[in-house]
Amino acid sequence: MASLELRNVVKRYKSQTVLDNLSLTVADGETLVLFGPSGAGKTVLLRLVAGVIDPDEGKIFIGGEDMTDLDAEFRGVGMAFQNFALFPHMTAFDNIATPLQAKRSSQSAMKAGVEGVAKLLKIGHVLSHKPRALSNGQKQRTALARALVGSPPVLLLDDPLRNVDAKLRFEMRLELPRLLADRGATVVYVTQDYKEAMALGDRIAVMSQGVIKQLGTPEQIYREPANIEIARLFGDPTINLLDVKPSRDAKGIYVGLSNVQVHLTGAYDATVGRDCVIGLRPEALSFVDEGTPAAIPVTVEAETPLNEKIVTLVRTVRGREILVSRPAGTPGQTEGRAHIAVDGKSALLFDHASGDRIGARNVVNLRSGEAA
Amino acid sequence: MEHTSLLERVLRGIALTLVVIFFMFPIVWIFMMSFQTNETILRIPPQLVFKPTLANYTALITGKLTTAAGTLDIAFMRNLWNSVFLSVTSVAVALLLGVPAAYAFARHKFRGSEDIAFTLLSFRFAPALLVLLPLTLYFQKLGLANTYIGLIWVYQLICLPLILWIVRGYFEDIPADIEYAYRIAGHSWFATFRKIALPLAGPGIAAAGLLAFIFAWNNFVFALVLASADKQPVTVGALAFITSSGIQYGQISAAIVLSITPTLALALYAQRYLVEGLSLGAVKG
Repeated sequence: MASLELRNVVKRYKSQTVLDNLSLTVADGETLVLFGPSGAGKTVLLRLVAGVIDPDEGKIFIGGEDMTDLDAEFRGVGMAFQNFALFPHMTAFDNIATPLQAKRSSQSAMKAGVEGVAKLLKIGHVLSHKPRALSNGQKQRTALARALVGSPPVLLLDDPLRNVDAKLRFEMRLELPRLLADRGATVVYVTQDYKEAMALGDRIAVMSQGVIKQLGTPEQIYREPANIEIARLFGDPTINLLDVKPSRDAKGIYVGLSNVQVHLTGAYDATVGRDCVIGLRPEALSFVDEGTPAAIPVTVEAETPLNEKIVTLVRTVRGREILVSRPAGTPGQTEGRAHIAVDGKSALLFDHASGDRIGARNVVNLRSGEAA
Repeated sequence: MEHTSLLERVLRGIALTLVVIFFMFPIVWIFMMSFQTNETILRIPPQLVFKPTLANYTALITGKLTTAAGTLDIAFMRNLWNSVFLSVTSVAVALLLGVPAAYAFARHKFRGSEDIAFTLLSFRFAPALLVLLPLTLYFQKLGLANTYIGLIWVYQLICLPLILWIVRGYFEDIPADIEYAYRIAGHSWFATFRKIALPLAGPGIAAAGLLAFIFAWNNFVFALVLASADKQPVTVGALAFITSSGIQYGQISAAIVLSITPTLALALYAQRYLVEGLSLGAVKG
């Protein structure tokens, strides 16, 4: 097994800098998710590690060894491509067997290895098929099997669930963590799906424009996003973002939402009088009875039941639209006038100009339903 | 299903028949002429019914042409062999050189790669006669005039650019990820070229090879200038049928039938290899 380290890696295409002085360490056996919009440089980073493209500057270490100038076939990594990249003229068996062939394994060892991993991924019955006869899900599993079969110490998975249907993606999201943990490999997993990132990652690196904007556990990324952009990327429905200007009174720092003073918990002293954006997760908002302290009057615009939760779109008296989410089966307003309350502890405050989050740690447990 | 009226179908049938007759008529006519004597061929009006004769073919195969002025030796079988030998060897050499070069041009963008590739293509722009005069002088100095090696070398002007550019396109169509995947699995670049790129570009290589073969086979002017009688292919050899005692239409027709047979057979045989679609389904775009 092996750790992975990128040190000050730079990659340019023509005049465009795709990776900008990027450093990253992935511990032995850790699963790191690279998350970010397309064009962020995630795939380029994977390819640099795999050795199919070379960095312009910087070094790449696998298991402490400098691999920067080593060709792909000597790096001992396994990789699954987003587009599967199966060999069209070979059967699924031969496709999966290619890493074992390269190691000059015996016929029997090859057969055992391929069939073992095929059984694990439930594609044992299609091993004699050529890729064109496979369904998308089977292709994806074949590509994954090919990456896994040689038990490489480092696994690179480039959005492997991108091109499969929703049902299979959901299943694989459940299966993959166990599969990867069993292998004990160091994994770098690229995705654009925040749910996948949260489900699979020991840590998540949020990338944008060739830079890692934030690196942390899924919990940290969700609770303490480094900036508005990241806050918006994580969470469904998306976070509510409202322009505010915090003020201070005897009880502390507060923001005015529809003429209601909502007090914030956290070290926000420096924000008084500054233009800020408050971020309110839909699940940090709740419907309350009229007369509850700090209740904000709203009108219900629309309600969308999403099986496990219900999302309601409401409008404040000043015309701002807000999404409120509540677990299915709990009471709530479905139409007309209503009141909502804000959980001041879980509110996030961002600087309006830079978009960066303000304040130190203010971790609260969102899931315990502490909303006041 | 699309609905077509009876009239439309009839008209379409007539149109198709006309097109087929237009294109096939010369070939059919030559085929018929090859079984006739010069007298029946030149009769006016021409007749569709005649007494077939194999005299033309026997004359070609035995190499003895009997005309009103006497018996003439013709080297048609020798010419046919020259054509086969020159075309096959030229295409083989061009494939050997062109396919790896095409791969290099497709996969490695090195400094000046586009210029070199274009220069190779530009050989096909130059009028052959323009190239031939200096070439003849060089070849005489080098001792390559009237040799198979010299001809095969010159034939590369026809075959190499064709193969290079067609095969390059096929290599470029193979998603790079497929090759990367094979490298990452632990195989060298040469193994990747042999086991992945070559099989996947196979139909393209076959198509380019066939096309180059036909071009080489049909070449006239290079061999006319650079080769003497014993090295000449059929295209040049056919000139021998214009004799002092008249043009031997019957023998010419028989010679044409014999000389298009190899290319026709090859085209029909290779047809199934030219069908694309091997790489379909491997990569989802």
